[in-house]
Amino acid sequence: MILDGKCPTGPLADKWDNHRQALKLVNPANKRKFKIIVVGTGLAGASAAATLGELGYRVEAFCYQDSPRRAHSIAAQGGINAAKNYPNDGDSIYRLFYDTIKGGDFRAREANVYRLAQISNAIIDQCVAQGVPFARDYAGYLENRSFGGAQVSRTFFARGQTGQQLLLGAYQSLSRQIAAESVKIFPRTEMLDLVLVDGQAKGITVRDLTTGEIRCHAADAVILATGGYVNVFNLSTNAMGCSVTAAWRAHKKGAFFANPCYTQIHPTCIPVSGDHQSKLTLMSESLRNDGRIWVPKKAGDSRLPQNIPENERDYYLERKYPSFGNLAPRDIASRAAKEVCDAGYGIGPGGRGVYLDFGDSIVRLGEDAIRARYGNLFEMYERITDENAYQQPMRIYPAPHYSMGGLWVDYNLQSNIEGLFVLGEANFSDHGANRLGASALMQGLADGYFVIPYTIADYLARTTPGMVSDSHEAFRQSREQVAQQTDRLLSINGRKTASEFHRELGHIMWEQVGMARSASSLSEALKRIPELREEFWLNVRIPGSAQQLNQELEKAGRIADFLEFGELLARDALNREESCGGHFRIEHQTPDGEALRNDADFAHVAAWQYKGADQTPELHKEPLSFENIELAVRSYK
Amino acid sequence: MDLTLHVWRQKGPKDKGKLATYKATDISPDMSFLEMMDVVNEGLIKQGIEPVAFDHDCREGICGTCSQVINGDPHGPQAKTTVCQLHMRQFKDGDEIYIEPWRSRAFPVIRDLVVDRSAMDRLIQAGGYVSVSTGGVPDANAILIPKDDAETAMDAAECIGCGACVAACPNGSAMLFVASKVGQLAKLPQGRAEAARRVCTMTDAMIEEGFGNCSNHYDCEAACPKGISVKFIAQLNREYIMALPKGYKEKE
Repeated sequence: MILDGKCPTGPLADKWDNHRQALKLVNPANKRKFKIIVVGTGLAGASAAATLGELGYRVEAFCYQDSPRRAHSIAAQGGINAAKNYPNDGDSIYRLFYDTIKGGDFRAREANVYRLAQISNAIIDQCVAQGVPFARDYAGYLENRSFGGAQVSRTFFARGQTGQQLLLGAYQSLSRQIAAESVKIFPRTEMLDLVLVDGQAKGITVRDLTTGEIRCHAADAVILATGGYVNVFNLSTNAMGCSVTAAWRAHKKGAFFANPCYTQIHPTCIPVSGDHQSKLTLMSESLRNDGRIWVPKKAGDSRLPQNIPENERDYYLERKYPSFGNLAPRDIASRAAKEVCDAGYGIGPGGRGVYLDFGDSIVRLGEDAIRARYGNLFEMYERITDENAYQQPMRIYPAPHYSMGGLWVDYNLQSNIEGLFVLGEANFSDHGANRLGASALMQGLADGYFVIPYTIADYLARTTPGMVSDSHEAFRQSREQVAQQTDRLLSINGRKTASEFHRELGHIMWEQVGMARSASSLSEALKRIPELREEFWLNVRIPGSAQQLNQELEKAGRIADFLEFGELLARDALNREESCGGHFRIEHQTPDGEALRNDADFAHVAAWQYKGADQTPELHKEPLSFENIELAVRSYK
Repeated sequence: MDLTLHVWRQKGPKDKGKLATYKATDISPDMSFLEMMDVVNEGLIKQGIEPVAFDHDCREGICGTCSQVINGDPHGPQAKTTVCQLHMRQFKDGDEIYIEPWRSRAFPVIRDLVVDRSAMDRLIQAGGYVSVSTGGVPDANAILIPKDDAETAMDAAECIGCGACVAACPNGSAMLFVASKVGQLAKLPQGRAEAARRVCTMTDAMIEEGFGNCSNHYDCEAACPKGISVKFIAQLNREYIMALPKGYKEKE
């Protein structure tokens, strides 16, 4: 099937305005008759739930955490992009649009990305109005910093905790609606199924994580804002609870999964210290503003970094990409780090690390200036590694961080299932094959504050409110199915813990489906993942019962889904015979090792349809047409 | 290193609960405290014992989920550090470690080390926001905010809502938590308009939820992983006193 993203026609700059005029509205008196479910309370979910509540809809919001304020958006450090052009350095909506399309290696929809750039400015205004304490200069104006993949300073920030401050702004707006009783919040509640009635999304089945109760919630529409899936690699910068479960269960009910192979490996994370490692910690990309990345010129050089003279250091990003240097985009910086480490120049345990050196900046600006900019990050680095980065360079290595792929949505952010909308990292729509730094926060809030309130009304206006209740047969079936899977997991009583399976899956994914993929490595993964999945269902051990807080049961359910999803990710990577952004196939590279796209055959979105357990999924394509910009080789040299 | 853990086990809110003793062996100093707990739990599962339930999520010190009292200190011995960022190099071979949940009337135990902190969400719902709806706001640079005010607001806004302040306080007070939100929003022109109403509704909610009051022990600041200063409690008190003549208390 050829998929249609339903992008509006007409000039790029007018598409969103014209489209909004064409969308149907729900009148204020009727809004309260509609119930909307929002799953996930990160930037996208919380902003959507709050805004829809303000508009007068009845909203039910769900999160697995004990409070909506803890969603993993909170961990975003560096900042949020907007095309304000406050520094007068040549930024514009068009430039933000172009940088994002190019950063995504020409694999995103023009119309979506342009809308994102247009909305970006209103997000900053909104957040300031909520009391988000962005950094200011002495005159009281907002400050900006630069980020990877851009030659302008367009990133707004609140120390190294921008995600936290933006999320708390959205959480506070959400709290105001909870107090006003327009939003009902269900924390410690995990979505385990999507319920369809006559082919439309009309509710969800959840497990109350405190009591174990499995229950259904019916609504007029369902919004998923459930984040990304890079915990399929086991070790990643995501929170421990981040999973593909909500998206995957929706996929199994018919929602197409788009571009699962587009995963972002972030270049600046603290290297792995041992087998006990449970997660990897990001060091904000903003550090690359003042830190220089290097390795020794001599392979296996074991001298301390301070004893290696300047002329024996290879500042490889500055050497290979002189115009962007240390601010090359994430995919490029990560792959370059892997290359130098694979060639034997890596530093630290196992040679899996490169230096991020602040020495020059400390000489130039003074230690106090560096402390003011990044103090909290240096402290975090020292707590984890026991090393002082003011005195010696940081050791960093790439780690899985973000997923550009996700559930397929059209321009209205509606999936191929009517009534199911997908926002934020959970959808696939705006970042193409690689996301630029400080753009995730922008997209999450754009979707939640400024897109979904318009587009969901258009859907609701065509339906009759309250058509189904949870007494419908479809809900009973869903509840039974979820209860059965829970019982099945608990009855296996095998010998390996869920975490052991997660580590094994992560190892396969990282080695075979990680930063550099080949037909043979992907085929190997496609053989080994089903074997591991089979073993899981015979040999996992989950203590305790279903009628209690049971964290092992929760974990096992999520890993069971990763064991299915990982296979789809590998299949998509094998199918995409090109290199683009975060997807690098070693068969497809230029003579100097850069990604080689194949626009003739792969300028499309790959959207997969679930065909049943152990069945090959069916591929659908949405062609990407570029009316406004020319497809170019993505160069940062 | 090898350690002896005394861990609070409690099956549910009504169970009496008790300390259980487990060995943690071959612990690397590079492990985080929670990674050490993971290792112990994996061992318990293999022995057929239910693992210790504990709250955790981001494991990078920002989500505020992790919540353990270690040897009597919320978040353990290292200053300005959440449990997930506490590393085992802070301990030595042979140490005995007591691990308990947050203890406060307002935080009922759900299981083992997991407590219900929804009372803190209700404090924010009582007024910890600016009453602005989406859309129709002025340009972000239309209202200037002096750098020092923005910095002070950010100092307060760093609160991660973990509840260590409550767990540390002999009165079980949530005053530092409330003060950080009141202080942040009162410092900014956008939040100033509602400052008087906010301080009244939030402090009222604090009493209703069963939190105690502040009597200047300052244990909250010592336990706070973000080092939020008790000066915000002083500001809270000042805001409260200034609000009283405005009559918000009587209107309710």
